[in-house]
Amino acid sequence: MVPELGSFSLILALLLCVILGTLPIIGASTNNVLWMSLARPLSAGVFVFVGLALAILAYAFVTDDFSVQFVAQHSNSLLPMRYKFTAVWGGHEGSFLLWTFMLTGWMVAVSIYSNSMPLDFSSRVLGILGMLCFSYLLFMLATSNPFDRVVPLPPADGADLNSALQDFGFIVHPPTLYMGYVGFSVVFAFAVAALLSGRLDSAWARWCRPWANISWAILTIGIALGSWWAYYELGWGGWWAWDPVENPPLITWLFGTALIHSLAVTEKRGVFKSWTIMLAILAFSGSLLGTFITRSGLLTSVHAFASDPSRGFFILGILAVAIGGSLILFAIRAPMLKSDFSFDLVSREIFLLVNNVILVVSAASVFLGTLFPMVYQAVTDDLISIGPPYFNLIFVPLMILLVIFVGIGPISRWKKTSVSFLIKQLTKVALASIAIGVALPLVILMEFSLPATIAMALAAWIVLGMVKDIANKTANKPDLITGLRSLSYSYYGMQAAHFGIALMVTGVALTSYFSTEKSVLLDAGQSIDVGSYVFTLEGSSQVRGPNYVGDEVAMSVTKADVPIATLLPQRRIYIATGTPSTEMAIDAGFLRDLFVTLGEQKESGAWSMTIYVKPFIRWIWLGAIFMAFGGSLAAADKRYRKLKKRAEDKALINAAEALQPVS
Amino acid sequence: MTRFVFFLPVIVFFALAVLLWQGLFLDTKALPSMLIDKPMPEFALTTVDGEEVTNVDLPDQIFLLNIWGSYCLPCLIEHPTFMRLAEEGEIPVVGVNYRDRQGLAVNWLGENGNPFEFSILDESGRFGIDLGVYGAPETYLVDSDGVIRYRHVSVLDESVWREEFIPAIAELRGGVSL
Repeated sequence: MVPELGSFSLILALLLCVILGTLPIIGASTNNVLWMSLARPLSAGVFVFVGLALAILAYAFVTDDFSVQFVAQHSNSLLPMRYKFTAVWGGHEGSFLLWTFMLTGWMVAVSIYSNSMPLDFSSRVLGILGMLCFSYLLFMLATSNPFDRVVPLPPADGADLNSALQDFGFIVHPPTLYMGYVGFSVVFAFAVAALLSGRLDSAWARWCRPWANISWAILTIGIALGSWWAYYELGWGGWWAWDPVENPPLITWLFGTALIHSLAVTEKRGVFKSWTIMLAILAFSGSLLGTFITRSGLLTSVHAFASDPSRGFFILGILAVAIGGSLILFAIRAPMLKSDFSFDLVSREIFLLVNNVILVVSAASVFLGTLFPMVYQAVTDDLISIGPPYFNLIFVPLMILLVIFVGIGPISRWKKTSVSFLIKQLTKVALASIAIGVALPLVILMEFSLPATIAMALAAWIVLGMVKDIANKTANKPDLITGLRSLSYSYYGMQAAHFGIALMVTGVALTSYFSTEKSVLLDAGQSIDVGSYVFTLEGSSQVRGPNYVGDEVAMSVTKADVPIATLLPQRRIYIATGTPSTEMAIDAGFLRDLFVTLGEQKESGAWSMTIYVKPFIRWIWLGAIFMAFGGSLAAADKRYRKLKKRAEDKALINAAEALQPVS
Repeated sequence: MTRFVFFLPVIVFFALAVLLWQGLFLDTKALPSMLIDKPMPEFALTTVDGEEVTNVDLPDQIFLLNIWGSYCLPCLIEHPTFMRLAEEGEIPVVGVNYRDRQGLAVNWLGENGNPFEFSILDESGRFGIDLGVYGAPETYLVDSDGVIRYRHVSVLDESVWREEFIPAIAELRGGVSL
């Protein structure tokens, strides 16, 4: 009976979405205040009912209700409680419910924080989100209801959650990624509302920016969590594989990065308006495309859910209406948006445009690489495979170019920057960066390598450019502290995020070029040298967990006879399915990770294993944390809050103006 | 003219949507290989264990050619089926370790069991391209003359084995069922 209540509350949410997606939007164009004011309570209602459905599904998992098909397929009575709870998003149906719930969460957030916006505008935004939510709910009820029962008889026990998913990473990665992904729907709704109302000015950009920044920050963390999880769980020591399902979040992230920069220009200078709108649509398209690829079975991949073509057609329909519709609206309305082009060829506007072009080209090339095998087959009936070499070949040079501009952009001025000013500012920075690039790898790694030199020089370029810019900005203040205090949150946010790029560049380059790995066969007591470390197999023992049995070996690690760590890698067999799984042991460090994956025990008693030393790998995720922190800091800038009061007064005037498109 | 520029994204998008639409009709589980009814491409590589291997070393009876990799989670799902086939001696299975690294491949086999007669090491993915591999896992049915007869993309579990492979093999063996 309880699962049926879940279906029922999804249907109620769907009905509320029908009203939310129509009346407030119609109300906004006919100035019907009653209809417009429906938007907020309806959003709250949708949130409550979708949330209730999610809670009911979680309840079905926790109580081992295997009469529900989705539960029977993704859980087992032996599964530990925390994984029962999170198995809710362990498959297509449940994860789509989580995805929809995230959307309703964003809707409520918008309705709470929309006081600074005119009523007609917030109603349009919520109405558009309501339409999206409607399409998701309809899709869920029509093709992927997580509450479907097993008929006629429920199985005695469930098939168990995929053992690779029984991990902390699985608890945190999907919700974070979805939250960031879905956040771009909000920005998309802002863009469509702007096109509908014809209102696209600095105020619009100011409303939109915190949402874009926060979504971007969360998406950054979501992708980084996925990368970290793949690194320690999948056991091949990689942190990025260019998998067809890893790519759409990256595409969204690249468009999102372009968007937050373009929004800055639109807010501060009132230009690039249609470009900003276009990027908002593109970032959202990236997120929808990700859904489409994962859930339609279009591409086979590690992440793919059980595929079903009817789902593919449905999502493609959503794609066509949402993206196609917004692009048509864009084509009709965008030419009316006038920008006041008053900047020189060398100016911060142009540098940001260059940044945007590089990011969009990168996103497009990842997109092409992801879909090319399929397109190629559709056109020629021939097959082709595209792997990491293609992506690295295209992506790395683009990123190098981008980082060079990351150094120049912040130091340049709006409207007009003289070339001689830039040269004067940056010559020393450039020379110092090159010196650091050559010297640091020699000192740290004691060998010369061109990739490491380039990477370190680029990282130094960002950091030194940053220091130089802060020095410039505080030069006229009485003392450094006053100077630093006078800078805004959003300025610090930008610098923190750029600093994150410097960390990430360092981590990526040093890990890629200086990792060592050895596959060995060791008896108890035997040692092996890997890099400057000595790994010794101390012994092995049996282990038993709640739903698995396995072996564990103890490896001690020393460096120059100083004990560093004891690593305990395991091999497990999950009882319910008999699937084997390895739990690698990692000694994480700021400057290097040591890790061991365990193979099988030979008849002689020796263990096969692979040992890795990965320098600076943590810097990749540390960089992502700095970027996300920067994004959040920028979103917390005072001016978004201070303006609330002023905007409220303005809103009264705007409400009247908004009736006719302001172009 | 400038107005036309704004319609470009719409046109590009709908062109893409048509391609995606077509993509849905491509049955990724039974992609036709270019090589169906053609002989296996020539190769001279090493096995995962480091021994040299060419077309001559392939079994001279009907066999399965399974594309796998240690990074490939779905391969773990189909693994028990191959283990059973190998144990029961139903049909020889040759592996192609696709775009992987030797150490990882050896470990993976050690960890999960080795159902393969041998596994051809294809670190660069070059042999995979010759075969027209889309990604691991994939399984080809090759007859006793070394001619590729059937291709299955994605996981080969017991039901795929029963419903697709047993009939295909029976047909090759001239109606004699297994």
